[in-house]
Amino acid sequence: MLDFIILFLTVGIPLSSALLLASLGETVNQRSGVFNLGCEGIMSMGAFVGMLIPFLVGGSGKVAWYVNLSGLVAAAAVGALLGLLFGVVVIRFSAPQGIAGIGMQLFATGLAGSLYRHFIGGAQGVAGIDALPIPFLCDLPIVGKMFFSCNPMVYFAFLMVPVVHYLLFKTPWGLRVRACGTMPRAADSMGIDVSRTRYQALAFGSAMAGLAGAYLSVCYAKIFTDTLIGGRGFIAVALVYFGRWSPVGVLGGALLFSLAQALQLAVQAYGFSSFPYEFLVMLPYILVVVVLVFVGKSKHVGPAMLGKAFNREMRT
Amino acid sequence: MSTPITSLRIEHITKRFPGIVACSDISLSVGKGEVLALVGENGAGKTTLMNILMGLYTPDEGKIYINNKEVVFKSPGDAFACGIGMVHQQYMLVPNLTVTENIALGLSKMKTDGKGEGRLARLKRAAKLDLDAVRRQIVAISGHYGLAVDPDAAIWQLSVGEQQRVELVKTLCFGAKFLILDEPTSALTPQETDELIALLKRMSAELSIIFISHKLAEVKALSNKVAILRGGKLVFRGNTADHSAADIAALMTGHEVYLPVNQSSRKPGEPMLEVSNLFVRGDRGNMVLNKLNLTVRAGEIVGLAGVSGNGQRELAEALTGLRPIDSGEVLLDGVRLTGKSPKQIIAQGMGYVPEERNVEGIVPSMSIRENLVLKDIAKPPFSVGGLIRNRKITENADAMREKFDIRCSGVGVAAGSLSGGNIQKVILAREINRGPKFLIAVYPIRGLDLGAAEFIHKQLLALRDSGVGILLISEELEEIINLSDRIAVIFKGQIQRTLGHGEATQRKLGMMMAGVKEI
Repeated sequence: MLDFIILFLTVGIPLSSALLLASLGETVNQRSGVFNLGCEGIMSMGAFVGMLIPFLVGGSGKVAWYVNLSGLVAAAAVGALLGLLFGVVVIRFSAPQGIAGIGMQLFATGLAGSLYRHFIGGAQGVAGIDALPIPFLCDLPIVGKMFFSCNPMVYFAFLMVPVVHYLLFKTPWGLRVRACGTMPRAADSMGIDVSRTRYQALAFGSAMAGLAGAYLSVCYAKIFTDTLIGGRGFIAVALVYFGRWSPVGVLGGALLFSLAQALQLAVQAYGFSSFPYEFLVMLPYILVVVVLVFVGKSKHVGPAMLGKAFNREMRT
Repeated sequence: MSTPITSLRIEHITKRFPGIVACSDISLSVGKGEVLALVGENGAGKTTLMNILMGLYTPDEGKIYINNKEVVFKSPGDAFACGIGMVHQQYMLVPNLTVTENIALGLSKMKTDGKGEGRLARLKRAAKLDLDAVRRQIVAISGHYGLAVDPDAAIWQLSVGEQQRVELVKTLCFGAKFLILDEPTSALTPQETDELIALLKRMSAELSIIFISHKLAEVKALSNKVAILRGGKLVFRGNTADHSAADIAALMTGHEVYLPVNQSSRKPGEPMLEVSNLFVRGDRGNMVLNKLNLTVRAGEIVGLAGVSGNGQRELAEALTGLRPIDSGEVLLDGVRLTGKSPKQIIAQGMGYVPEERNVEGIVPSMSIRENLVLKDIAKPPFSVGGLIRNRKITENADAMREKFDIRCSGVGVAAGSLSGGNIQKVILAREINRGPKFLIAVYPIRGLDLGAAEFIHKQLLALRDSGVGILLISEELEEIINLSDRIAVIFKGQIQRTLGHGEATQRKLGMMMAGVKEI
C-alpha cells in the first residue's frame, strides 16, 4: 500500500506543475480583469519554442544546461509576446475576451504545429532537463523520493506560489492589478493607467503559460506533439475559478486535479483489473465540476469586472 | 507638495460626445475659500465639466488656469498633482479592498512619479507596499477633519455614508486643496445629509469647494456662489444669497417649477390593500419584516418613510409576489395575494414602479414601445392568436408618448438609451395605462431632476384622485410629506407609527425613522 501511495504522489506532483504554472499566470491575468482562454495555445507555442532551441543547438553537460535554460527563457518570452498581442486585441480594440481567447487558442496551437513540422518534423525528442535530486533531502525515506527528487521546474512551479501571492498582495503593482480587475473606473480616477496595468499582467501571466508549455516539452515528455498540452490550458483557466483567484487556492486545485489523475495512472499500473479504470479517467474532471458547484460564491473576492473592456470616455 | 490654489478658472470649455454637445463654451472661476454650487438638471453637463477639470475627459476646446497659469490635465494624476480632488457621484472605491488599500492605491502611483527619489528608495517602494504609513496618514487626516473611518474595513462592508467619508479622506490624503463633489448627498439619508453639510462648512474654511447638486436646499445652505447649467450651457452665475431657491429652480429648468402638494381632503374609500402580521425574510435568510401591519384605502396615498434597509425593498417585493412570504396575510381589494405568482398578482390589478428602474422596471435593450406593453403582450389587442400586432403596439406607444411627455427620438429606440426621468415616465405610463387598483411606487423620483419629478408627482396625485390606492416608498421626507394622505414610518421591519396628513414634520419623521417611538 505504501508503495502505491509513493507511486501515486511521485506521478501526481510532476503532473501538477504544468497546471500550476499556467493557472498561477492566469490568476494574475484575471485579477487584472482579463481572462485568457488562449492559454492552451500559448502553452503550445511555449512547448514548441522551449524544445526548438535544445533541438537545434544540442550540446552536452554544462552547455546543455544553458541551452535548455535559454529554451525556457525563449518560451516565456514568446508567451509574453503572445499575451501582449492578445492584449492589443482585447484592451486596445476592446474585442470580446471569450471570442478573442478562442481565436488566440486556435491561432497559437496551429502556429506551433506548423512551425514544428517546418523546423523539426517527425517524432523527434530532446534530452531535455532531468530531475534534480536535492542533496541529503532526497535521501530521506519516502518524502525524499516524492518531494525532493523532482525536475527543477517542479521546484520552480511550487516556489512561484508564494512569489505570486507576494506579488499580488504585498506590492503596489499587485494592488493596482487587483484594483483594475475589480473597479477599473476607480483605479483610473486615481491616476492609474488601467490599460498599461492590464498589459503588464497579461505579459506576466502569458509568460507563465509559455513556461508551463515548455515544462511539458522539455522536462516532462521531452517531445513535442500537437496534442501535448491536451486541454491543460483550459483546465488551468477553470482552476483559477476553482481557487477563487488566490495562488494558494490554485495550488490546491492543481494538486487535487493532478492527484486524481495520478490515482488513475497508479491504479492502472498496479493493474487492479477488477475496477474499470475508465471511471478513474473521468474522476479528475468530475471532481473539478463538483467542487466548482460547491465552491464559495462570495462576490467580494474575485475581480468583479473580469472580462469587461475599460474605456474611460464610454458613457454608462 | 502642491502650492495652494488661490484661483481656478476655466475658459470657453467645449466637449462633444457622439451626437451631443455635453458642454458648450463654459467659463467659470472659483477663488480661495469659496464654495461654488454647480446646479442643473440631469444631462445639463455638470458631471462632464467636472470630469474635464479632473483630467478624466479631454476638452475639445477651452483652457484651464490655476493661479493664472494655464494647465493641461491628461489624466487624474495631473489634476491631483495640482491639488484638485474629486468625490464622484458613484464612489470610486474598489469594493474588495480595505480603506487603507484603496488609498494606498492612489498614493503608490503618485509617489513613484515623485522626483528626487533615489533608485534604491524607488525599488524598495515598488517591492513592498507600506500600508502602515498610509494608515497613519488616514488616522491623522480623519482626526483633523473629524471624519470617522475604520482604515481596515473592506469597502463592501461599509454603508453609503461611510463610503463617502472614505472618499473625502482619500481625496484629502492625495493632498487636495480644492474639492469637487458630484451630487454628494444623492445616496445619503436625511441625517447623513445634515452631517455632511455641517462637515463641508467646516472644511470650507481651509479649502475651496465646487459641489454639484440639484437639491436647492443644500445649495442655499452651503454655497456662496452659484452657477447654473442648462443643456450644456452656462445660463447664470451669481451670489447664492441674492437669489431665492425658486429663482434658481426656474433658471435651472427654464420655467417656473412648482412641486405639487397633496391638498385635497377628500374621504378615502374602502380598504384596498390590507397587510396583516407579515413576516418576510431578507436575502441572507434573516427575518426582515417582523409582524408588519398596514392598510391603504382606495384613493389614498400612504407614504412609507424609513431609512433604507429597514424592510422597504422586501415589503415591495413581497407585495408584488417577487419574494416569498413566510407568514401573514395580504389582501388586495379583498382577494388573497399570499402565495400567488407575480403574474396572478398583476392580474389582480397591482401596479409596481420598482426601485431599480433600469434593472427591474424596463428591459433596457428593448424598444420603448415593447417596454410599454410588457405586462399585456399576451392579450389582445397587442397580440392575437399568439402573434404580435406591431401596429397596435406602436399606436399605443405613440399615445403614451404624447400623454406622458416621454421625450425620445422615436418609440422604436431602446428604452435603456433614455434619461432616468424618461425611463420613469415609460414605467409609470405602462402601469397607469393598465388601470390598476393599487400602485406601489418605490423611490419614484430618486435621481431625477426637478422637471421630471414634478411630472411624476402630478401623475401620482391624479391617479390617487381617480380612486387608486398608492403605497409610496421613499427616503425623501419632502416628497413623502408633500404627497401623502397618511405617513407610516417603518423601522426594523415594523410600522413604528402612522401619522395623518398635516401631523408630520421633517424633524418628527427623521427622529421616528431613527427608531424614536414617542415624540
